[in-house]
Amino acid sequence: MKQQHEVEQFLYRQADLLDSKRWQDWIDLFAPDGVYWMPADPSHKHWDGVPSIFAEDRNLMDVRMKRVLHPDAWSQRPMWGTNHVVSNVVIQKASPKGEIEVRSRFHMMELRRDDVRHFAGSYTHHLKKTRDGFRIKLQRVDMTNAQAAYDYVLQVWV
Amino acid sequence: MLQERIADLSKCVEPDRVRREVYTDPEIFELEMQRIHEQVWIYCGHESQVPKPGDYYTVQIGRQPMLMVRGAEGRISVLYNRCPHRGNMMCGDRHGNTGEFFRCSYHAWTFQHDGRLRSIPMMESGYAGTRYGRDNPDCSMKRAARVESYRGFVFASLAQGGPALAEFLGASRVAFDDMCDRAPAGEVEIVPNCFRVIQHSNWKIFLENQLDALHPSVVHQSTGRAAHEVEKQIEKRTGKAPLSYHMLSAFATVTIDKWDNFQTLNYPYGHCILTGYMGLRPKDPDTVAYEKTLIKAYGKQRTEEILAVNIHHVLIYPGLSVQSPLQQLRAVRPLGVDRTLTEIWHFRLKGAPEPIYRRSLAYYNLVNSPATLINADDLENFWKCHQGLASDGGDWVSFGRHHGHDLEKDGTVETAPNCGTSEAPMRNQMKAWAQYMRA
Repeated sequence: MKQQHEVEQFLYRQADLLDSKRWQDWIDLFAPDGVYWMPADPSHKHWDGVPSIFAEDRNLMDVRMKRVLHPDAWSQRPMWGTNHVVSNVVIQKASPKGEIEVRSRFHMMELRRDDVRHFAGSYTHHLKKTRDGFRIKLQRVDMTNAQAAYDYVLQVWV
Repeated sequence: MLQERIADLSKCVEPDRVRREVYTDPEIFELEMQRIHEQVWIYCGHESQVPKPGDYYTVQIGRQPMLMVRGAEGRISVLYNRCPHRGNMMCGDRHGNTGEFFRCSYHAWTFQHDGRLRSIPMMESGYAGTRYGRDNPDCSMKRAARVESYRGFVFASLAQGGPALAEFLGASRVAFDDMCDRAPAGEVEIVPNCFRVIQHSNWKIFLENQLDALHPSVVHQSTGRAAHEVEKQIEKRTGKAPLSYHMLSAFATVTIDKWDNFQTLNYPYGHCILTGYMGLRPKDPDTVAYEKTLIKAYGKQRTEEILAVNIHHVLIYPGLSVQSPLQQLRAVRPLGVDRTLTEIWHFRLKGAPEPIYRRSLAYYNLVNSPATLINADDLENFWKCHQGLASDGGDWVSFGRHHGHDLEKDGTVETAPNCGTSEAPMRNQMKAWAQYMRA
């Protein structure tokens, strides 16, 4: 029960950092070798060596963050914001060493200028318990929309 | 009516400028589809996309929904995705396998992979004495007027007339030659994933951007700078950053005057090439190992020739943009006057070691995925362009950069030395556009 609560709180915080655009705090949730992955194909088992919508280690996350914060990131100029709701949190595996695999569902609404887009799908988190709380080894984002054509693109993580 | 509003379309195009309606008028768009996209050779897909009999992919040519399908005997056909009976769409999925024949989901008419009628339920009792039956070509699925492929890349034309594919492609064939020659086995294989991105702008705005060598250092400064910073950090920590960082940082480190060192080559039918190599021949062990496989396949001299081909982008007008050294292509499908779909694919070099594929993959993910670090800013500009052109704030789009300095030789327009940022490719595309539209 306690573990379920802790994991849920962590997932909510992860989503809240994205919605608050606290990019560095969000990146710091990842372990040094952590990976953020949005597969292009739901049947893919591993991010390495296959086409992906996102497949980013902390270095690439750093590039993306620095890009969106750059004053000449033209596509960042219009006002935009997101709102995540995370739910259906189910712990799949938990080892005595503090390694946890958890599945959840998300719904994200995005507003850019006057246009609303909706994205939904599932998260699979591989978490590792550390002295400073959970750290993400892998955040897999299976977006239901991934198979459809994108009306415009995704600029930051979902 | 278009004719009353714009009596002479050719007046919309001057050598160094174009009327804004060319981008925003829905009637001109319809006419473009008729006179350009539904006439000329349009890229359908790669043969390796449909390896088995019955494999199909849907593809839009102009306004026409088509199917590219592999037949039992190996031949590829391009058909209208439409049942000749009541007009029902034949294949409702984007791609798949149709089995031994097509079967309409409405009244079960069946067709061979090449579109020929195979059977109609109770044909004898239902159609005896009528004009309908196997002998009537109107009872078969309609085929594209012409289908040809070049080194595995399949094109179709919906018009009987016009140049053969090889003649149409002309010098732009180098896009496919360069890509295939870089494979030790002399051919490429598609990676079965298509990234699809819709932009809210006219299709020509996308094409004009492809060979616009002035824009990268303006538009992609943010990503170039960010990647350059992280690249330096990684180098400091580990000595060497992956090549993918260089591909991104080049957008900032290659300054405008360096882009001017590149050259554009402009050909008949609107095709253009931007030369300029993205530092893909470093001396690292992966590249050295790859070059050895090439030498084994081709010999030393031919390998040098292959690796010396110096291309950044090839634009095959009006619908294909190829980056051959990175094995990527983008097919442009106009959806409406202000909506354009790009279908983005990448390829494996057959016989090349895995790390060479990883290079192509890194570029595909970082630049061409729907989470692109590059195209996000392009698409923002395309949208803004279209918005501006839809206004009464001005009547013309100017393509005047280095106008008057183009060097013409045997039908090819080369930009003068140190004029890589010339707007010659846009002038060349619009010249072809005006010729097609005059028809």
